[in-house]
Amino acid sequence: MAEQYVAAVDQGTNSSRCILFDRRGRLVSVAQREHRQLFPRPGWVEHDAEEIWRNVARVVPAAIRQIGAAPSQVVAIGITNQRETSLLWDRRTGQPIGHAVVWQDTRTDRLVTELAGDEGADRFADLCGLPLTTYFSAPRIKWMLDHTPGLRQRAERGEVLFGTMETWLIWNFTGGPNGQARHVTDVTNASRTMLMNIETLDWDDKLLEAFDVPRAILPEIRPSSGVFATATEVLPGVRIGAALGDQQAALFGQTCFSAGEAKCTYGTGSFLLLHTGQEIVRSKHGMLTTVAYQIGDQPASYALEGSMAVTGSLVQWFRDGLGMIHTAAEIETLARTVEDNGGAYIVPAFSGLFAPHWRSEARGVIAGLTGYITKGHLARAVLEATGFQTLEVVDAMNADSGIALTALKVDGGMTANNLLMQFIADLLDVRVVRPMVTETVSLGAAYAAGLAVGYWPDLEGLRSNWHRAGQWMPHMDPARRATEYANWQAAVQRTFNWIRPEDQDL
Amino acid sequence: MPGTVQSIERAAAVLRLLAAAPDGLGVADLGNALGLAKTTVHGILRTLHQVGFVEQDHSGAHYHLSDAFGRLGESYLDPNELRSRAINWADSLASRSGEVVRVGRLVEGKVEVVHHVFRPDDSDQDLDVGTTLPPHATALGKAVLAYDTSARPRSLEAYTTRTITDPVQLGEELATVRSRGWATEFEEHTVELASIAAPIRGLGGLVVGAVGLAGRIERICDSRLRHRGDLVTMVRATADAIARDLRDDT
Ligand SMILES: Nc1ncnc2c1ncn2[C@@H]1O[C@H](COP(=O)(O)OP(=O)(O)OP(=O)(O)O)[C@@H](O)[C@H]1O
Ligand SMILES: [Mg+2]
Repeated sequence: MAEQYVAAVDQGTNSSRCILFDRRGRLVSVAQREHRQLFPRPGWVEHDAEEIWRNVARVVPAAIRQIGAAPSQVVAIGITNQRETSLLWDRRTGQPIGHAVVWQDTRTDRLVTELAGDEGADRFADLCGLPLTTYFSAPRIKWMLDHTPGLRQRAERGEVLFGTMETWLIWNFTGGPNGQARHVTDVTNASRTMLMNIETLDWDDKLLEAFDVPRAILPEIRPSSGVFATATEVLPGVRIGAALGDQQAALFGQTCFSAGEAKCTYGTGSFLLLHTGQEIVRSKHGMLTTVAYQIGDQPASYALEGSMAVTGSLVQWFRDGLGMIHTAAEIETLARTVEDNGGAYIVPAFSGLFAPHWRSEARGVIAGLTGYITKGHLARAVLEATGFQTLEVVDAMNADSGIALTALKVDGGMTANNLLMQFIADLLDVRVVRPMVTETVSLGAAYAAGLAVGYWPDLEGLRSNWHRAGQWMPHMDPARRATEYANWQAAVQRTFNWIRPEDQDL
Repeated sequence: MPGTVQSIERAAAVLRLLAAAPDGLGVADLGNALGLAKTTVHGILRTLHQVGFVEQDHSGAHYHLSDAFGRLGESYLDPNELRSRAINWADSLASRSGEVVRVGRLVEGKVEVVHHVFRPDDSDQDLDVGTTLPPHATALGKAVLAYDTSARPRSLEAYTTRTITDPVQLGEELATVRSRGWATEFEEHTVELASIAAPIRGLGGLVVGAVGLAGRIERICDSRLRHRGDLVTMVRATADAIARDLRDDT
């Protein structure tokens, strides 16, 4: 019998990928297409959802072609996606209503401040586990409904659908405007909207009211692993067995199935997730409470999350914005031309600071700039920014959980950077471990989909696929670590209160 | 006698014009100057861009010579970029074969380890990225040395009794590597270990490095002490996958 595979569709911030995995969880083929980043105004970031669907519809067959397989060899599709990015579309025509508004977009900063009012940014945290910031979907939906003439009325009449990217993709995989399409999301993606009650795992009337979102536009919330539908487009007849947000998928792909297990994924942004089992842990130190996954009708698992908005994207800015390097990987070569950061620190508060600070009004700084600083030092500072942000998040996570992390499991594109991985090990003073598959986001989506269709029997089997591919051991002098961290924290202070309330009414 | 290649002549003309235009030129400028259709010029520019000879300005409207064009003798592929491109495929090779995988490139007569994937048995292993290996005594080394046009290493140090120390014998070995497209080594560096490697070809066939696996003889070789065919196939497929990734877009 011909070999069978699971196809993971990873709809990311910069590109859409399709990766095929075999029964041992090994990557067999990859096809990828980037989509345009649209910046209509400062602070605004948009994607063209039709372009994204076209790309997905191309990369899936391309990945299958790459190994000369037949579409019938694909037993399931697992979808994973950039989270919080929000889209409205016309139920009848399938046309997006405007562009998708991306998670990095800060157009709702004023709205968010207004909504927080006297009660503060945490006024909905009990219900949804999240603080009020520009990061999540609900303020964005409200903004779209308020700023498109007539849209709210159409939405109330049931003519408009809302979705994050997995919802848009599943709707299109199942026929789009033909009338049969499924309008569904999963618990992990829904947990990022600020509209889902973190305990009941259902849309919450209080939240819907607070954000003025009509229930009619919302998809049905389903478990992350379980058959969502059978595709009629692109791979007709193949079951969609899973959907999860990219960071939750990476947690799953790293086989962090038990409470206390954690991973950090280094991509456009970086996200450290700690599995907390079936317990909902409320952070006192700036971590988010989020759903980790739900398998079929089993109880959901939860996680604490430390989100860093700008890590790999700082490298991209160094490449495209400043033109200092030609490819992201070249930053390591440039950084190695010098011994240290020369006293320079870059705090990339491009869209405010995420965890553990959650300061929407912060903007980035380069601190410690002197005439001594060369582009090599700046390259170091760019990479080190990711290390320091990780340390802040790990400190906060340790404080919340009461247990100190002893090793960090990492994945994502930036793990190809040895200098950075060594720096993280040095700063955190723990081992940093990379598994055999760095595309762990995709692997997790494949695992969840494969479980749903019986391609893999259980979680234990998946665990045995996990192997260490690389490891970095800490060896930084503690005094130096303390000084560096103190310098970083001083630089962070200088980003606060940059956007003043009177500047916000754009 | 073979004729000349028209597209290379045209590419040379484009390069001359760009070299003389410090502010860069657009597709239409070049088309007008050379009497060529826009699509032809566009194809030439895209290719030159891909091989790293020309760059586009921020708006994408103007092309100019890249600074790398003036330093053609230096390695054209950044080693960290090679690692980024190789990482998925090297991981896959390690988990398929169960052995240690390395990606290397030739630097000043030595093989520099650019990427290292642990043997997937979760035993204690140390990353050796950045260290060097002797090219004549490893499969990884032979796989790059076979395609290197600079002088061969003169003194061939012996690591074991099996190390090839005779330059003539090494020359024959490298000719075999070229004709087969892959390299092997048997106890030539460390007793009881063997290795297999294949060259990674970038654009135009240029060998930019090699990928290979190494392990204990009884796992790498069959009962007649020949390198296992299934492992050779995996290594070659890995080198091809990395090469495809490199050529797809740079
Ligand atoms: N060798 C490297 N050194 C430093 N940064 C790198 C390196 N390679 C890739 N990156 C950065 O990592 C990011 C790409 O990693 P990855 O593909 O995992 O990101 P991603 O977040 O999944 O992408 P997407 O946003 O499309 O989902 C880019 O931001 C890039 O700048
Ligand atoms: Mg991603």
